[in-house]
Amino acid sequence: MEVSININGTAETHDVEPRLLLVHFIREKAGLRGTHWGCDTSNCGTCVVWLDGKPVKSCTVFAAMADGHEVRTVEGLDQGGQLDPVQEGFMECHGLQCGFCTPGMLMTARALLDANPDPTDPEIREAISGQLCRCTGYENIVRSVRWAAEKEAGGPVTESETPVEAKA
Amino acid sequence: MTTVEERPHTGFGRTLRKEDVRLVRGKGNYVDDVRLPGMLHGALLRSPYAHAKINSIDTSAAEALPGVKAVVTGETLKGLGLAWMPTLSYDVQAVLATDKVRYQGQEVAFVIAEDHYTARDAVELIEVDYEPLPVVFDAKRALEPDAPVIRDDKEDQRDNHIFDWESGDAARTEEVFANAEVVVAEDILYPRVHPAPLETCGSVADMDPVTGKLTLWTTSQAPHAHRTVYALVAGLPEHKIRVIAPDIGGGFGGKVGIYPGYVMSIVGSIVTGRPVKWVEDRAEHLMSTAFARDYHMRGEIAATKDGKILGLRVKVIADHGAFNATAQPTKFPAGFFHVFTGSYDLRAAHCAVTGVYTNKAPGGVAYACSFRITEAVYLVERMVDVLAYELKADPAELRMKNLLKPDQFPYTTQTGWEYDSGDYPKALQLAMEMAGYDELRREQAEKRERGELMGVGIAFFTEAVGAGPRKHMDILGLGMADGAELRIHPTGKAVLRISVKTQGQGHETTFAQIVGNELGLPTADIEVVHGDTDQTPFGLGTYGSRSTPVSGAATALVARKIRDKAKIVASAMLEVSPDDLEWAGNRWHVKGDPEQGKTIQEIALAAHSSLELPEGVEGHLDATTVYNPPNLTYPFGAYICVVDVDKGTGAVKVRRFIAVDDCGVRINPMIVEGQVHGGLADGVGMALMQVMAFDEEGNHLGASFMDYLLPTSLECPSWELGETVTPSPHHPIGAKGVGESATVGSPAAVVNAVLDAIRPYGVRHADMPLTPAAVWAAMQGRPIRTDLAIP
Repeated sequence: MEVSININGTAETHDVEPRLLLVHFIREKAGLRGTHWGCDTSNCGTCVVWLDGKPVKSCTVFAAMADGHEVRTVEGLDQGGQLDPVQEGFMECHGLQCGFCTPGMLMTARALLDANPDPTDPEIREAISGQLCRCTGYENIVRSVRWAAEKEAGGPVTESETPVEAKA
Repeated sequence: MTTVEERPHTGFGRTLRKEDVRLVRGKGNYVDDVRLPGMLHGALLRSPYAHAKINSIDTSAAEALPGVKAVVTGETLKGLGLAWMPTLSYDVQAVLATDKVRYQGQEVAFVIAEDHYTARDAVELIEVDYEPLPVVFDAKRALEPDAPVIRDDKEDQRDNHIFDWESGDAARTEEVFANAEVVVAEDILYPRVHPAPLETCGSVADMDPVTGKLTLWTTSQAPHAHRTVYALVAGLPEHKIRVIAPDIGGGFGGKVGIYPGYVMSIVGSIVTGRPVKWVEDRAEHLMSTAFARDYHMRGEIAATKDGKILGLRVKVIADHGAFNATAQPTKFPAGFFHVFTGSYDLRAAHCAVTGVYTNKAPGGVAYACSFRITEAVYLVERMVDVLAYELKADPAELRMKNLLKPDQFPYTTQTGWEYDSGDYPKALQLAMEMAGYDELRREQAEKRERGELMGVGIAFFTEAVGAGPRKHMDILGLGMADGAELRIHPTGKAVLRISVKTQGQGHETTFAQIVGNELGLPTADIEVVHGDTDQTPFGLGTYGSRSTPVSGAATALVARKIRDKAKIVASAMLEVSPDDLEWAGNRWHVKGDPEQGKTIQEIALAAHSSLELPEGVEGHLDATTVYNPPNLTYPFGAYICVVDVDKGTGAVKVRRFIAVDDCGVRINPMIVEGQVHGGLADGVGMALMQVMAFDEEGNHLGASFMDYLLPTSLECPSWELGETVTPSPHHPIGAKGVGESATVGSPAAVVNAVLDAIRPYGVRHADMPLTPAAVWAAMQGRPIRTDLAIP
């Protein structure tokens, strides 16, 4: 069946089997490999993308169900090469190590800040509680999201005293 | 012998990570991101039985499915001599089962198809006729005379015994125990758990039929060792094998060994003449790749009545599963378990470990264990608390009384380890101050009055990381030394090639910092190349927290070679004797005349120019080295955990966790802290929720994230970290490893805290995981015993 999904502003139209998962449509058909796949039971959240503006686990959606809808992935976060504050925050606060959970975490963080620009730490932890990270122990992910919130609010931004040469 | 240099470490400090630039954009390159022209997809059929004879396999329906290119069984492999492969413990493991299956989830057949979905369809169409056999599911009963023999493939194997190994002085220990005022014994299980990196294992094999060269993209923590093993397994010449470990989505020890799936992607590519990808799913990963722990320990501790610890004695039954594939240095079948004397000054110690086969997946050494030090530290830190329970002593005071003193280092333990350096009382004192220990005890007393359950748990650990001196340590005969190569380009930019392989630990950043520190080059000007065996020097890879101790040392020393050569070039540039030059962090200048000097960048250009160099001095500014460590490094830490236990449900809430780590000189404190955070989450997970249990038919009861529980952001507290700095005297930059410290040290702290909380119920020991049901049962007077086999 033909499925057309608008991913990050580009229409992706492909002939697929009805059983194809959205995560595989994104990775295999659209060629966007930032979205990952880490479990078979909908627990890990490495596949989180936006479907019509809401975070979903794309391993738990058929591509056909997203036909005619809008998907946004990690590759669509930066604007003209300018990183989104959540991407900057994860770099500034060491919110990632192996990077495998990161794309999903970033999409959830962006959605959280859009809905709640000044979340408390418990609200941040609640927002990412459907997503597993094996490297960071979550602490720096919470800091990263808070950093992004502060940056967007134009307030004091913590942890930015460091040389940022690696950003080049 | 190298020495620690007494000067400011300019390249060290909090520097943001080079890796993040691609990873936050979704531009990492993990194995499943690899696409090659004509690439096919493989999938494995796995055994539903833990122990069964294979009478026949019918692959005809699978082969007839459109899109299927080939179906490979053990019989096919037998013809190629590839049905069995060597393990890292000199045993063999079935690639695809031929005679019988020996654990649930074992590899039985491999399908190669045009796409992954079709390959999975075809797997369903394979018919296997199994004849079930009795199952060995309980390690403690594996050696009973009537236990079925799992490894009847081995000619001289008449039972399920793998090895006996011991360390320490048994007679002296017996004497100390016979004369001790207090002796306490406890059965302590470290349950079978799994490292469960978020990215599972996988590979893409591309055998070029024209050149005969195999390129293998794979989730490997040790790409060079893998290349050598593939050369041995497949008989391919080693220079015709290129192993590429790209970005890895976490390893945690689960990606050290070679799995049948990797081998099958290679076989698949040879059979079809096209590249073949194999990526396992989560259930396959949990059922068949390297598990961790599974040590059944009987600990005994001897002491005086006033709490001076005199001796420790341990007997272990080690469950190794159906094939002994444990990853550790050859001479150490129980890894480094014999550091179990921990951080204490003892008169005698002895351990005896017996390894047994059971009908479970192979593994044992994984999940940040530093070669069984997780088990060793858990044992001693539980036993010290068991002693505190018996003596009605405060666990912090008891530890403080028995910790090694700073002036005792270097300290040789009763089992022969030479600890390099340490200031243990200082670290424990700092942790207690950060925690507000006395105040916590007052709060606990008040809460107990009110009937509320609050606990404070302490663990003090000594790690042993950086394997290791090649005289004593090898894996499959490959000495555990690591190479490094450094090239300075004419314009002063550098490329460092290392033999270790990051899986998130930030090597691309920190190794550049080491070079920057030695040569005064900006970190941004140094590219770190890793993971590609055609491009990097030989070495044994990243595990056992060995990157900083071994490869980090090699990196510092190769940079010093460059610095020495730069001195000669500078002397030619300045027309002075090399003896008249001194190093100023980033340039050589004339002694007493700092104006007359050349930066490393200027020297690099001159080294590639027409400048006349002294006789015998080659041009350019490149160097290589191999580092053979004189000893391991011994980081340590003091951890304090505070928990609240719900009286009605048994649910444990980790309220606070204070972690003081000392890993000597910190190359990048930000990265060290991130490593510690991750390891602390492991400890909370293992102590409270993780276990892979089996029923009596050998069914795996933890084969998905529905059952095998990992901590989320809600179970983890906001970690409170502290540090002390006691450099390693034998390491070129004074740095010790640290990556596994928190995973090693934290489980005991959490368990000790929970048991402290429920102390009013008189529970001296309980096995992990301390789930709400288990804690609740203990409060009802039932013992908490986690048996890996459900009776």
